[in-house]
Parts: sequence; C-alpha cells; structure tokens
Amino acid sequence: MNMVVCVKRVPDTSESEVHIDGSGKGIDTSRLSFGINECDNYAVEEAIQKKEALGGNVTVISLGDKQSDEVIRMALAKGGDDAIRLEDEAFAGSDAVAVAKALAAAVKDVEWDIVFTGALTDDDGYAAVPVALGEILGVPFATYVKKLEVMDDGKKVKVGRELEGGLMEMVEMTTPCVLGIQTGINEPRYASFKGIKQAARKEITIKSASDLGLDASDCGEAGSWAALEQFTPPVVGEMAEILEGEPDETAGKLAGILKEKGLV
Amino acid sequence: MSLSLFFTEEHEMLRRSVREFAEKELAPHAEEWDETGFPDWVFTRLGELGYLGLHYPEEYGGGGGDYFTNIVLAEELSRCGSGSVNMAVAVQVGMATPPVLAFGTEEQKQKYLVPAIKGEKIACLGITEPNAGSDVASLTTFAEKVPGGWKVNGNKIFITNGVRAHFMTLVARTEKTKGYKGMSLFLVDTDTPGFVVSRKLDKVGMKASDTAEIFFEDMVIPDDALLGDEGRGFYNIMWELQGERLIGSAAAIGGARLCLEQLLEYTKEREQFGKPLCRNQAIAHRIADLATKIEAAEALNYICAWKYDNGEYPVKEISMAKLFAAQVSCEVADEAMQFMGGYGYMMEYPAQRAWRDSRLMRIGGGTDEIMREIIATTMGLYAKG
Repeated sequence: MNMVVCVKRVPDTSESEVHIDGSGKGIDTSRLSFGINECDNYAVEEAIQKKEALGGNVTVISLGDKQSDEVIRMALAKGGDDAIRLEDEAFAGSDAVAVAKALAAAVKDVEWDIVFTGALTDDDGYAAVPVALGEILGVPFATYVKKLEVMDDGKKVKVGRELEGGLMEMVEMTTPCVLGIQTGINEPRYASFKGIKQAARKEITIKSASDLGLDASDCGEAGSWAALEQFTPPVVGEMAEILEGEPDETAGKLAGILKEKGLV
Repeated sequence: MSLSLFFTEEHEMLRRSVREFAEKELAPHAEEWDETGFPDWVFTRLGELGYLGLHYPEEYGGGGGDYFTNIVLAEELSRCGSGSVNMAVAVQVGMATPPVLAFGTEEQKQKYLVPAIKGEKIACLGITEPNAGSDVASLTTFAEKVPGGWKVNGNKIFITNGVRAHFMTLVARTEKTKGYKGMSLFLVDTDTPGFVVSRKLDKVGMKASDTAEIFFEDMVIPDDALLGDEGRGFYNIMWELQGERLIGSAAAIGGARLCLEQLLEYTKEREQFGKPLCRNQAIAHRIADLATKIEAAEALNYICAWKYDNGEYPVKEISMAKLFAAQVSCEVADEAMQFMGGYGYMMEYPAQRAWRDSRLMRIGGGTDEIMREIIATTMGLYAKG
C-alpha cells in the first residue's frame, strides 16, 4: 500500500496576536513561530501507521520554499520514506485549486493508493485542497476523515467522516482515493532520535512548475479560481456589546444581561 | 531555519521533538507530580524515543549523537515545568551510566547500560555521604574483600532516583586509606540484601523526584560487581562531573527561559493602575536585565560545552558557567514571583514551583561556594610565594 501525504508549513497563530501586513493580503509573520499544519500532522501519522500495518511506501510532498524542509524532515523522521518539495515563484498567490493542480502533477510520478492531506489548514482554512485534488485526479475523495479502515488488500477503504454534533458518517470507497484527515483520528508520535538521524540522510527532491509539466496558466493567481483581495479586521457590529472592566465586574454585568434577556 | 554556531539541523529537530513531548505529555502533570512523584513511565517513554541514550553508541541502543544532544535534551525537558524530571534524567544519562560505558565489561554494559538506555532500568549514583559531598576524599563507605565478592558497609544520602532505582553506581573505599586513593566503583542491584532505603527525603523543591538516604548493612556483592580497576574509583567518577555540570546549567537556563516567558505573559496581561505591569519602567528594566543575564549564561554555557566537546577540559570556565546559570535561574524565578505579587506566592500557580526547584541549582552538583573555590584556586589566588 503506497501513500502520499501532503504537508504545509503554517504560522502558529493559536497563542499570538495576528496583525495584517502592509500589503493587506497577508499577515505579519515576523513574530510568529512556524510548524506543521495541525491536521497534516495527523495525516502523517495515519499514513505511517498504515504503512507499519500493511507495508508500502510513504512519500511526503509539500509546496513551499526551503523553510518547508523542516516540516518535511520531521515527517521523514517519523517514518516517511522520501519527499518532494514543490518550489517555484510561479506558485505565489495560489488558491486551493492551484495548489491542488501542483500536488496532482507531483503525485503523477509517484506510485500511490491513497493521498492524505489535512482536512484544512490553520492559516487559510478553505478546506478545499483535498476536494480539488480528488476532482483533478478523478478519484473518490472524503474530507474530515476521523476513522480509516483498509479492506480487501487495499482495494477498498471504509472511512468515517466527522459531522456536526459528533455524528460519524461511514463511507466505503475504492482506491486510489484522496482523504482529508481531521485531527483526533490518531495520536501523532514524537520523532525518535534514530528517526531524526535517518531523516537527515533522506533526500528531498525539489521540483519546479516546469518539472511538473505545468504551464504558467496552471500556477499561482493565473491557475486559481479565487483571488484574495484583502484582509480586514472584523468590525465591531451594532449588536455587539463589549464589556469593560475587571473579570468579577464583567461577569456580574454578563449575568445581568443574560437574566434580563431571559436566557438563563 | 536559523542555525546557531553550535547546533545542526538534527539538533533543532531533536529540540522540537523533545519540546513537544515535554509540553504535551509531561507539563500537564507537573502540579500533580509535585505531590505524587513522577511515574516510571516517564523513563520508559523517554527510552522508547531514544532520549536516554542520545550520546551513547548505537551498538548499545544509543543514538550515536554528540555532547550537544544532551544539552538540547536538558534545555527542552525544562519545558515540562518540573525541574525534577530533568534532574532524574541527568542522573540516569549523565552521571550513573557513563562509567559503565567507559570502564564496564561487555557483560556489565549489557546488564546495566542497555536497559538504562531503554528506560527499563533506572539508575542512581552513590557518592554523597552525610559527612562527604563535594569533599569526595572524605568518603567512608567501605567495601571489604571477602571470598567471591565484597561486603559493603556505610551510608549514602541525597541520592536522586535512590528510592526507585534498579541499580546504583557506587563509590566505596576498598582500602583503609584516606584521600583520593583506595576508592573503587561498583554496580549494585538495589534488591541486594543489605541495600536498605532508610528514608525517602522530603525536600523544599524538586518534589517530583525521589531522593533517598541509603544504608549498606553487610551488603555482599559479587566480584563482578566491581566497575573498572580496583582503587581507581575516584578518578573513574570525577572525570564525568565537569561535563555534567554543563548539562545541569543547560537545565537551569531552560527553566529560566520558561520562567521568563511566563512572567512576560503575565506582566503584559496583568493591568494595574490602568496599564499592563510591563509598561512600568521599574518592571520593564528588571525584565531587560533578566533577559540579558539568561543570554549571557547561555552563551557561556555553549562555549564551555563546545570546548568540552572538542576535547578541552576548561574546569574554571565550567565552574563559572555553573555558578552563573544557577544564580540566574534563581534570580529569574524570584523576580517572577515578585512580579506576580500575591498570586506568585500561592501554591495554585506554577511560579512557586520554579522558585523552589531552581533553588537546588545553587546547591546540587557543587554549591556556589565550591564553584567559587574552584575558580579562585584555578586563578592562582591561593598560591603562596
């Protein structure tokens, strides 16, 4: 069973203030730390667990500059076998569709039964790459995958999709397929020192748009269906009331409002 | 990735992995373990990940890494918020087992080193006695030669991991002499009759780590318990302690960094008299001093580690690094408590644990006074004439 897992290096915005940069189309990342996208971390673990159970090969793919090597190497340290990094100035400004076009071109040269991605990324959060990738490759796909069972010697998979309210939708599909992995499907491992040393010796193949056989019209903004215009901070709406003061004071005010509106 | 003068990409990957492990798997338990002691699974998990044998040869299950891998380990284990874990691991990795690799027979390496690297056997080091700590020459625990082995009598105190250890690397006299000669090393299974843990000692800090007082009462150990040459015990244990002081300093600096992050977060969020605490110059300038001292301590530690790793033996500078790192870690923890005011003094916030844990840094592994004595001596201040 051969697998591809797509990973992205993203800023960690969970505990930092986010500011829009001068261009209005990005955020100021100078004070942010970066790491693997959280869902992708689970996707890596799922691919490695399936490889350990069933044998096969795990190829790690990432679209990004040299700095993305750190998340690729960590995936290799955890058990990935080889890696491809897609780097080209032409990829700048790609939306999910253009990213999926590049990934689809990259997996054409790899033998695979399942392509894993994260269900969504922590930065853009479109949750569209696995869907677009499945469509472009012309294979079945599922997103928000929180359960995965491989059946019939890898010819089929049974997939549990996490829906609202904790409902699990069970779907069977044939391979090859694309799966967008949700957090919580497994417990991602920590890289052992042995794995880290081995990862340092594994090669990361760099591919440009032309290596992938992509035209300029497939890449970046030209290859995208959506164009980012600008970021704006949320505006305080008329219906919003911001409570000022110390916690014990604001808690009292909040309780009063809830009571007044008959909500408690 | 920004690489420093001292660290490679491998080191940085190790750093991220240990940090993630410490923050996710260990830190949530830091408060609870202060009451209960940290569980043995911490050793087995660290062993599984290869973190207990980073610098040991691969043929014994180690990682084949360099000295800086253990610096990284010590710095990042501090992220768990409990100094105890770092201390226990330092004893296991850097104090009790290096003589086994250096002087042990193949059988001894298989019996003790291999399972210690896996985290299956916990190790302790038996040097300190009630009347002899840094003054190792005054040790009195005596191993008397008897047919087929040795009969040991004496006692040890402040033994980290001593309550739960599976084996002890023991320093005992084998000749009725005084001074540095006539001491030998032994590997002792702690279930040997006559090995008695008389007390689990209650400490001010480092409470998640077990510390024992141990008596040897006519404890008979076999001939093959002798580690290295008879009579070379002092020399065979003292060589490693310099390197270990830098590991201790790395742990102290890692703890100070965590403490600084926490006090920064607090002083930015906490508002008094209409503005965040950190915007009071009285506090801001002190934070600037603390950050400066941490940088300086770290730089000195790295330079000493680099020299040590490259075959130098800079005893004076290592003593300076240890002295300074210990003092900085205590100062940062003390100031953090001060900035947090009443909250800092409460047991329900972690500042007090850093304050209590860091205090040992100025005592364990040689006190501040011992460090100053080494520095003064190597500067030639006591030379006559």
